[in-house]
Amino acid sequence: MSKRIDVTDLNVYYGDFLAVEGVTMAIEPRQVTALIGPSGCGKSTFLRTLNRMHEVIPGARVSGKALMDGVDLYGAGVDPVAVRRQVGMVFQRPNPFPTMSIADNVLAGVKLNNRRISKSDAASVVEQSLRGANLWNEVKDRLDRPGSSLSGGQQQRLCIARAIAVQPEVLLMDEPCSALDPISTLAIEDLINELKEQFTIVIVTHNMQQAARVSDRTAFFNIAGTGKPGKLIEIDDTGTIFSTPSVPATEDYISGRSG
Amino acid sequence: MVVTSTTRTADGSRSGGLAAPQRRVADLGGRIFSGFSLGAGLVILAALAAVSIFLIIKAWPALTASGADLAEISWFKSDSLLGYVGPLIFGTLLASVLALVLAVPVSIGIALFISHYAPRRLAQSLGYVVDLLAAIPSVVYGLWGALWLLPVINPVFTWLSDKLGFIPLFADYQAPAKNIMSASVVLAVMILPIITAVTREVFLQTPRLHEEAALALGATRWELVRMAVLPFGRSGIISASMLGLGRALGETMAVLMVISPGFLFSFHLLKPGQHQTIAANIASQFPEASGLSVSVLIATGLALFVITFVVNMAARWVIARRKDFSGAN
Repeated sequence: MSKRIDVTDLNVYYGDFLAVEGVTMAIEPRQVTALIGPSGCGKSTFLRTLNRMHEVIPGARVSGKALMDGVDLYGAGVDPVAVRRQVGMVFQRPNPFPTMSIADNVLAGVKLNNRRISKSDAASVVEQSLRGANLWNEVKDRLDRPGSSLSGGQQQRLCIARAIAVQPEVLLMDEPCSALDPISTLAIEDLINELKEQFTIVIVTHNMQQAARVSDRTAFFNIAGTGKPGKLIEIDDTGTIFSTPSVPATEDYISGRSG
Repeated sequence: MVVTSTTRTADGSRSGGLAAPQRRVADLGGRIFSGFSLGAGLVILAALAAVSIFLIIKAWPALTASGADLAEISWFKSDSLLGYVGPLIFGTLLASVLALVLAVPVSIGIALFISHYAPRRLAQSLGYVVDLLAAIPSVVYGLWGALWLLPVINPVFTWLSDKLGFIPLFADYQAPAKNIMSASVVLAVMILPIITAVTREVFLQTPRLHEEAALALGATRWELVRMAVLPFGRSGIISASMLGLGRALGETMAVLMVISPGFLFSFHLLKPGQHQTIAANIASQFPEASGLSVSVLIATGLALFVITFVVNMAARWVIARRKDFSGAN
């Protein structure tokens, strides 16, 4: 239930503007891959190409290849909707549907795939997903309350529960802790460690300690200047990147001398 | 010239020094603004009170008149005021609700097309067209209804009455189509622009965050609309419908020009001479009314006033019922 993604020579455009240039990397299954780099270097933009959310923006497009277990996500006849059902996403700011209850939020994606789900099946999906997101004990007595009644950290875990409820192959996280306090952040990081046993995870983070704590592999993106495209500088095991990176720019960024 | 610049702040403590004169200017601006907004709020209440007091005072003679007095009015074909107003209220509500039933789904469809389906260029010009439609005077809609719509809709009604005539709603159609259904169609076209304009704005306000959440779960366009846009816009849709309903309830000319009046509690939507609305009735009787008959007409106006009030209250209640889930928190 977890797949690898091989990206080859991927260019990402907003209209005529080349935002990210020539990314080639392998994302290993059941591992956490962290994307780090200064603001505007295109790491979030790149992340959003992996579930074809990038093209939601008018004029945005992609060239190159992104193979998920050998199938090109951008191949002819591949439905972006089908891609998104296999590649889940958690956003920077928690975004549970405010008009739905906690339970309905968890089931939102499941009901898209499978209209008629029996009541007992639905209840077990809700419990499993909320347990998976370490939220069950906090919300089990108020599943019918609106999702917006939870705290920020709980809402983010609800969004993770919603994403894993559909059993995706890959889970993308776009700075999932940047709007959260340190305790909630810790809860999410623990959760990521548990989730990687089942899912392939790609996480964008501004926090290098976080990348060092949660990821197995780290990719460093950088940008030469405003208006220039972002590029992948290097990708390696997290330990190597943070101790003996092969490119000087990476060391400069990690040690705080740039970015 | 200010020599001792000590002023009292809101909590009553003394403050002085350099900040004081600036604060006083800011205070003045704040006071003018709060006075102005309070005044504006009071004007609304005063207008509302003035209208209701006027209606009650002017309707009083009719409310207290005996059946014998009322019977002297030539067009008063009932034994009590309530008996006279009843069918009118029924006709008004029936025409408006029918119009709403016809207009709301179409409006939501147009609004969704503009906000989420159409290419941006087309959406913009379509938006302008809808706004223009709202500016057409109702007399023009009435003319359009009476001269163009009635002959065009005739075969539709004939077919409906032939095929579905066994349902009382559609029974006994007679040409020309001067029935309540035609009036409702005209009303629906009239209220379409305002409902569309308001719902479109509400749909455009759907937070990007929620739309992306739906898309990232693998929602198609329609599923995105169902998961994020419609639930978020629910209270807006209700408000827009109430605006439309308000306009339909009070609409005079369009109904007057289309309908052949009658004073019955009838559900024969296609039969002429069954219904009349309060506003159209006032307009048609007012030129020849004097004395008590004016008072009777104003009493029917009072009834219309009360109906709009009740309808708005009901809408508020519906919106408030699911406040926790509205997305406003």
